[in-house]
Amino acid sequence: MSGLRLWPVVASDVATRVDAIVVVLLLITGAVLALVLALLLTFAIRYRRGSSARRGALPELVQKEVEIGWTAATLFLAVFIFAWAGATELGLAKPSGDALEIHVAAKQWMWKTQHPNGAREIDALHVPRGQPVRLLMTSQDVIHSFFVPAFRIKQDVLPGRLTELLFTPTLTGEYPLFCAEYCGTLHARMGGTITVMEPEDYARWLSAQPEGDDLGHEGRALFVSLGCSGCHAGNGPVRAPGLAGIWGRDVPLEDGRIRRVDEAYLRDSILQPRRDVVAGYEPRMPSFAGLVGEDELIRLVAYIRSLPGGQP
Amino acid sequence: MSDIAAGQPVPGEAHPRQGLRGGPSYLTAEHGLAAWFLTTDHKRIALLYAAALTVFFFIGGAGAVAIRMELFTPAADLLSADGYNRMFTLHGTVMVWFFLVPSIPNTFGNFLLPLMIGAKDLAFPRLNLFSWYLFVGAGALLVGALVAGGVDTGWTFYTPFSTGYSQSYVMAAALAVVLAGFSSIATGVNFIATVHLLRTPGMTWFRLPLLVWALYGTSLVIVLATPVLTLVLLLIVAERAFGLPIFDPALGGDPLLFQHLFWFYSHPAVYIMILPSFGVISELVTCFSRRQVFGYTFMVYAILWIAVVGFLVWGHHMFVSGQSLFASLVFSFLSFVIAVPSAIKVFNWTFTLYRGQITFEAPMLYALGFIGLFTLGGLTGLFLASVPIDVHVTDTYFVVAHFHFIMVGGAVSAFYGGLHFWWPKVTGRLYPEAWARFAAVLMFFGFSFTFFPQFVMGFLGMPRRYQVYPPEFQIWHVLSSSGAVLLAAAYLLPMGYLAWSLIWGERAGEDPWQATGLEWRTSSPPPRDNFRAVPVVDTGPYFYHPDKEGPRHDRREAHQNQGHET
Repeated sequence: MSGLRLWPVVASDVATRVDAIVVVLLLITGAVLALVLALLLTFAIRYRRGSSARRGALPELVQKEVEIGWTAATLFLAVFIFAWAGATELGLAKPSGDALEIHVAAKQWMWKTQHPNGAREIDALHVPRGQPVRLLMTSQDVIHSFFVPAFRIKQDVLPGRLTELLFTPTLTGEYPLFCAEYCGTLHARMGGTITVMEPEDYARWLSAQPEGDDLGHEGRALFVSLGCSGCHAGNGPVRAPGLAGIWGRDVPLEDGRIRRVDEAYLRDSILQPRRDVVAGYEPRMPSFAGLVGEDELIRLVAYIRSLPGGQP
Repeated sequence: MSDIAAGQPVPGEAHPRQGLRGGPSYLTAEHGLAAWFLTTDHKRIALLYAAALTVFFFIGGAGAVAIRMELFTPAADLLSADGYNRMFTLHGTVMVWFFLVPSIPNTFGNFLLPLMIGAKDLAFPRLNLFSWYLFVGAGALLVGALVAGGVDTGWTFYTPFSTGYSQSYVMAAALAVVLAGFSSIATGVNFIATVHLLRTPGMTWFRLPLLVWALYGTSLVIVLATPVLTLVLLLIVAERAFGLPIFDPALGGDPLLFQHLFWFYSHPAVYIMILPSFGVISELVTCFSRRQVFGYTFMVYAILWIAVVGFLVWGHHMFVSGQSLFASLVFSFLSFVIAVPSAIKVFNWTFTLYRGQITFEAPMLYALGFIGLFTLGGLTGLFLASVPIDVHVTDTYFVVAHFHFIMVGGAVSAFYGGLHFWWPKVTGRLYPEAWARFAAVLMFFGFSFTFFPQFVMGFLGMPRRYQVYPPEFQIWHVLSSSGAVLLAAAYLLPMGYLAWSLIWGERAGEDPWQATGLEWRTSSPPPRDNFRAVPVVDTGPYFYHPDKEGPRHDRREAHQNQGHET
C-alpha cells in the first residue's frame, strides 16, 4: 500500500467534470453542516439550565420570517445544485462521432470485450489515451454493472437490451473494473483491468492480437447460415424489406408510427419480429429468440450496419 | 437520577392518587399467558411487538456481525461466497421489514398514539392484535427460509436474478415480506382511523403532538405504498413458480419493470422508517429545552410534504439502470425538492434550543446525536441526488453509509432516545441516568466510527455486496469493523441496565420529565383504559412556557399540561 489515498485517480474526461461538482458540493454541504453544528453547540452551551443568558420571548427577527427565509434559501440552493449537476450530465451524454466502439458482453461472472477489428479480451480492456470510447454493452444472463472508479463511470448491463457508456481516457495506467450490480455467487470476483495506453502503444498492442474477423464479417456469415438472407437478400419467394442502407433511417410502421433503425430496433426485429412491422409487409418473420445468442446479435447488427448505403 | 426527577414526589406502591387514576396498571390488571397473547390492550400489544422486534434486531444484528468480521481482511476468511451473500441478504431483509419499518410505529406508536390523543385504545383493537400475529407468522416463515438455507438475492430481490437464477429460498422470503406488509397495512389503517375518530374533545388537528402527526403521515405512506410491494413480490413468485414471463427479457418481459415497482414502495419505505423518528425527536428536543417547538405548523407541513413527494422520487435509485436521461433528471429534481422539508426540520429543532433552558438527560443526548447524524446523512443525499455524482457512487459503500446514517444513526438513535424517554411511562421505573448518558455518547461515536469510513471508501470506488476486495480498501474496512464493536456495545448496554431497572430502578412519578403531553397525565404505568376520565384539551401541545415569554434561567415554572380532566 503506497500511502493513504483519499481521492480516487482522475483518469478520464468524465472524472474531471464529476470531481468539479463533488468539490463544490463538499464545500456547500460542509458549510451547512458546520452551521448546524455550530448553532447546536452554541445554543446547547449558552442556554444550558442555570446559565445567565437572556431568555424570554423570541425576538421579532426569529419569528415566521426566518422560517420562510431558510425554506426559500434551501430550495434555492437545491435548485442551483440540481441545475448545475443536470447541465453537467447533459454535457457528458453528448455522443461523439469518431468514438472507438467496443462491444461488451457480461455474463456470470466475467466481462468479454471486443474491439472493432475483432480482437477479443476477457476481464480486460485496452484503450488508447485521448480517444473517445463508446461501450455498447449487453448481458447474457442477469443484470451486471460496468464500473470503473478512476473514470467515474458506471452503467448497468442488462439482458435483452443494449446500454452504452461514453468516456475519453486521459491518463495512462491500469485501473480496476468492478461489477457494481449484485449478480450472484461470485459477484465480488467479477472484475477486470482497464489499461489506458498511448495511442501508438495501443496500435502496436492491437496489431499483436490474434486477428479475429471483424464483427461485420462474422455477422455476414451468420446472416447466411441462419437463413436471414433467404428473404432479406436476393429474390426469394417471401417478400421482406431489404436491409441495405436502412441503418440510421426512420422507417414507417404498419400502425403509423415511425421508428429509427438503431441497435434496439434491429434487436427487437430479430427477437420479436411482429412488434414493429414495417409498413407494407406481412408479419411473417419467425422470432429468433432462443436461437441467436447475445454475441450473435451483436454481429448481425454490425453486419446490417456495414451494408453499403448505410450511414456512419 | 436526573435533577428534574429529583424534585418530584416519588410515589410508592400505595400512591394515594393511583386509585384516582383509574385502577391497577395495565401490567398488573390481568394475569396469565392468555391475558397477554389474546390481549387487545394497545399497550400490551406494544410490548408484544417490542419482544418480537428485539428478537429480529438480534437476528439482523448477527448478520451485521458476520459481515463486518468477514470484511476485516480483503480475502475470504470466514464464509463461502454464497454464505456471505446470504448473510447480507439476511441482514437487509430482517432489518428493513422486521425491524426498521415496524420499530417506532408498532412499539411507541401502539403504546402512545391513543394516550397522546386521549383515547382508550386504538380504533380497531382486535385488528391490532391480528397484525401482531401476522407479523410473527411472517417472521417465522422468514426464519424458516433462513434456517432451511437462506436467500441470496439481497433485500432488493432484483430480477432476473431473483426469478431465473437464484437457487435459494426466494419465494418463502418474498411471501414472508408480503405477510409483514399486510401487518403494516393493518397498523397503518388502524392509526389513520384512530387519529380521525378518537381524538379527545378539544384535540384539534393543529393541537396534535408532532409524534402523532408523524405517525399519521407514516400510516398514509404505509397504506398507499405497501400494496405495490405486495404486488411486485407476488409477481416474482408468479414468475418463479409458474413461469409467468413478466421480468424475463428472453420471453418479452422487462427486468426494469421490477425496479420501478420495487422502488415505488421502497423509497417511500425510507420515509416510513424515518418519519416516526422525526416525531420522537421533536418530543424530546422540546421537553429538554423547556421551549415550545419552533415553527410547529411548518413541522406539520414538512411531514406532509415529505409523505407526498416521497412517492415521486423512486427513480433516483435507477440513474444507472438504463432509464432515460430525461427521467433521471426529473427524478433528480424531485429528490432535491424533498431535501427542503428535511432541512426545515433540522433548523427548527436547532432553533427550539434557542433561548431554552436546556438539560442533558440521556434522551436529549440521543436527540442531539440524531440531529448531527441525520444532518450529515441528509447532506450526503444531495450528492446522490446529483446524477453525475450518483453514477460514480451508487452501488458503492457511499450509498451504504448514506442510508445507514439515516436508518441507523437516525431511526435507531431516535428509537433508543424514545425508549429512555418513555421507559418510566411504560414500566413505571426510572433508568440509571449515568449509564444511559454513557450509552448515548458511546452510540454516537461508535456509529460515526463505523459508518463515516464507508463514505470515504465508497467514493474511492469500493462496491457494495463484495466479500473480497482490493487491499487498498482494507484500512477503511478495519476502521469500520472496529467501530462496529463499540456500536454493538452501545446497543447492548441499555438492554442490560433497562432490564436491571425493571427490578431495582426507582419508581417513576406520573410525569418524571415535567412534559406536557397527555400521556403524562395518567399514572406510570397507565391503567388498562389509560385515563380515569376523558381528558379535555384546550391548548396546543408543548406549553412549556407562556406564549409571550420563555423559560427562566434556572427555576422550572409550572409547565401547563395539554389537557385537564373533566
